[in-house]
Amino acid sequence: MSAQHEIRTEQLRSGYGARVVVDGVDLVVPSGRISVIVGANACGKSTLLKTIARLLPAQDGAVVLDGRRIDTIPTKELARTLGLLPQQPVAPEGIVVTDLVGRGRHPHQKLFRPWTTADDQAVTSAMAAAGVLDLADRAVDELSGGQRQRVWIAMALAQSTDVLLLDEPTTFLDVSHQIEVLDLLTDLNRTRGTTIVMVLHDINLAARYADHMVALRAGRVVADGPPHAVVTAELVREVFALDSLVVPDPVSGAPMVLPRGRHHVGIAPGGALDGVADPSSAAASLAPALSSALSPTSDVLERP
Amino acid sequence: MAALLDSLPAVSDADVERVRAGRRRRSRRRTVALVVLSVLAVALFAAMLMLGNTIYPVSDVLAVLRGEDVSGASFAVGTLRLPRALTAVLAGAAFGVAGSTFQTMLRNPLASPDVIGITSGASAAAVLSIVVLKWSGTATMGLSLAVGILTALVIYLAARGGDSTGGRLILIGIGVGAMLDSVVAYLLLKAAVWDLAVATRWMTGSLNGSRMEDILPLAIAVVVLVPIVLFLARDLGALELGDSWATALGVRVDRTRVLLVVAAVALACVATATTGPIAFVAFLAGPIAARIVGPGSSVVLPAALTGACLVLAADLLGQFAFDTKFPVGVITGILGAPYLIYLLVRTSRRGGSA
Repeated sequence: MSAQHEIRTEQLRSGYGARVVVDGVDLVVPSGRISVIVGANACGKSTLLKTIARLLPAQDGAVVLDGRRIDTIPTKELARTLGLLPQQPVAPEGIVVTDLVGRGRHPHQKLFRPWTTADDQAVTSAMAAAGVLDLADRAVDELSGGQRQRVWIAMALAQSTDVLLLDEPTTFLDVSHQIEVLDLLTDLNRTRGTTIVMVLHDINLAARYADHMVALRAGRVVADGPPHAVVTAELVREVFALDSLVVPDPVSGAPMVLPRGRHHVGIAPGGALDGVADPSSAAASLAPALSSALSPTSDVLERP
Repeated sequence: MAALLDSLPAVSDADVERVRAGRRRRSRRRTVALVVLSVLAVALFAAMLMLGNTIYPVSDVLAVLRGEDVSGASFAVGTLRLPRALTAVLAGAAFGVAGSTFQTMLRNPLASPDVIGITSGASAAAVLSIVVLKWSGTATMGLSLAVGILTALVIYLAARGGDSTGGRLILIGIGVGAMLDSVVAYLLLKAAVWDLAVATRWMTGSLNGSRMEDILPLAIAVVVLVPIVLFLARDLGALELGDSWATALGVRVDRTRVLLVVAAVALACVATATTGPIAFVAFLAGPIAARIVGPGSSVVLPAALTGACLVLAADLLGQFAFDTKFPVGVITGILGAPYLIYLLVRTSRRGGSA
């Protein structure tokens, strides 16, 4: 299992030049758990992750790893503990999957030390864990978006870090690939005990996959804790300026946000929820209509 | 180390073996390609020494290289052809390393120092120093280097805030390069240089009139700076993935980038001050080398060899393939221009950077 690491931020302030994006954030990242940072566009969630990953310097306060400020830890040593999957990375032209994943070994290699068996083993297991072993000799350019994202995750895994930070790992993926990536990260967390911190756009997927959620608004933490404590209608209104209904997700039981926009809102607030909250009854009421619609023309399609 | 590996899922030895075999296959190809390029460079170098108005056999050439006095050959080979061939190898290697470093770091094949105007800056400085001010070789080197680095700095500052693959930097660089090229033309006109050889040298690059005593600064630059770039090649490979990945992999991004840029600019500038801006060698060497060694590995050393082969081969063609003798830059220019057009077309079709 992965070693335990304590990551804290203390009155962290960061941003881009004079523009302060994250201001006064005190956060403790639970070790060995999946933490997800959520918030509206431009609330500072990516900036916070980037500062924890030392891509941006702290303007004030500090990011502390196991009691040491990260800006005092040698970069290579830090790279053996803290891995990062940046947003939308671009692979060198024509590079083969194995070679790209192999670049994740960088912090473990020395200038004049040849490639070792340990490196080969780490690369192979990383590819197996990310489910890209079959693609080992393919060029990264030829792969689909979902496959490519798994290759990047494999590269981050080959780095063999106990902590993995991911900046919107599901952006630009279709829904099945989003689930695939999040399931893979959950596997890693459960089998290796890897501490995972990620930024996600989709609050429902965040609530489903997170052990711990952090909600940001205007660069400050509004709420943090387990999803059922964080994701409430009041919080969604405060963070996203959105009127919504929060119900238990019928698949996972995690809180699920159903936004109320200006259109297509048929049920009054607090009104008849029964049909929505109970998926089995909804499905049951739909089934006869579906089968009667299909059966006259096709017996094959009719369910037994 | 062991603890880290324990935390990853176990995989079968057969899988590890398969992954290792693939990696070894690619590294064998790279080794074979490097050997082939080296042999080619040596063969072209030998051809440069043997061919000319009089063709000398290998035995005579070797005798001259050993320092023996061979009538006729000692002058033709020792004084005329050897400096020319050495200059070709050193300048080719310098341009190749400079170009491939820039292209890899900015992740864009258009970003080589000859396309983005850095060699034009060095060339303008060299013309000013040699043709107008009549300065010495060392002073010329210093001025070229200073102006080259200044040009790089101006382009960088003007392009700041653009994307990391340098689309904006390249366009600004092409503009700055065009301005500096006209400075070269202006200085040549002002100095009333009616000598075609001098003019072509500073506009397209030439090996005519290479002398042993002019080689030293270039030789020192190649011997000192190429190993520095090779030393940083693995970090350059991380930078190729973008600043975020490079930081995540433990590379000190700013320091590494400054070192690489200074080394690459210095190589390009010293080579330019020696031979003039030999057209497109920096631009072509990296992509050709990448095709030869295969993708995914460092292109620095292959690009040095490819650059040397390009300059040697182009100079042999320029000297012997046609009725008229052409300076080397004319031949490399003819080779490079179609590739530049291809990349520009590809860039505009994608609506972004190449």
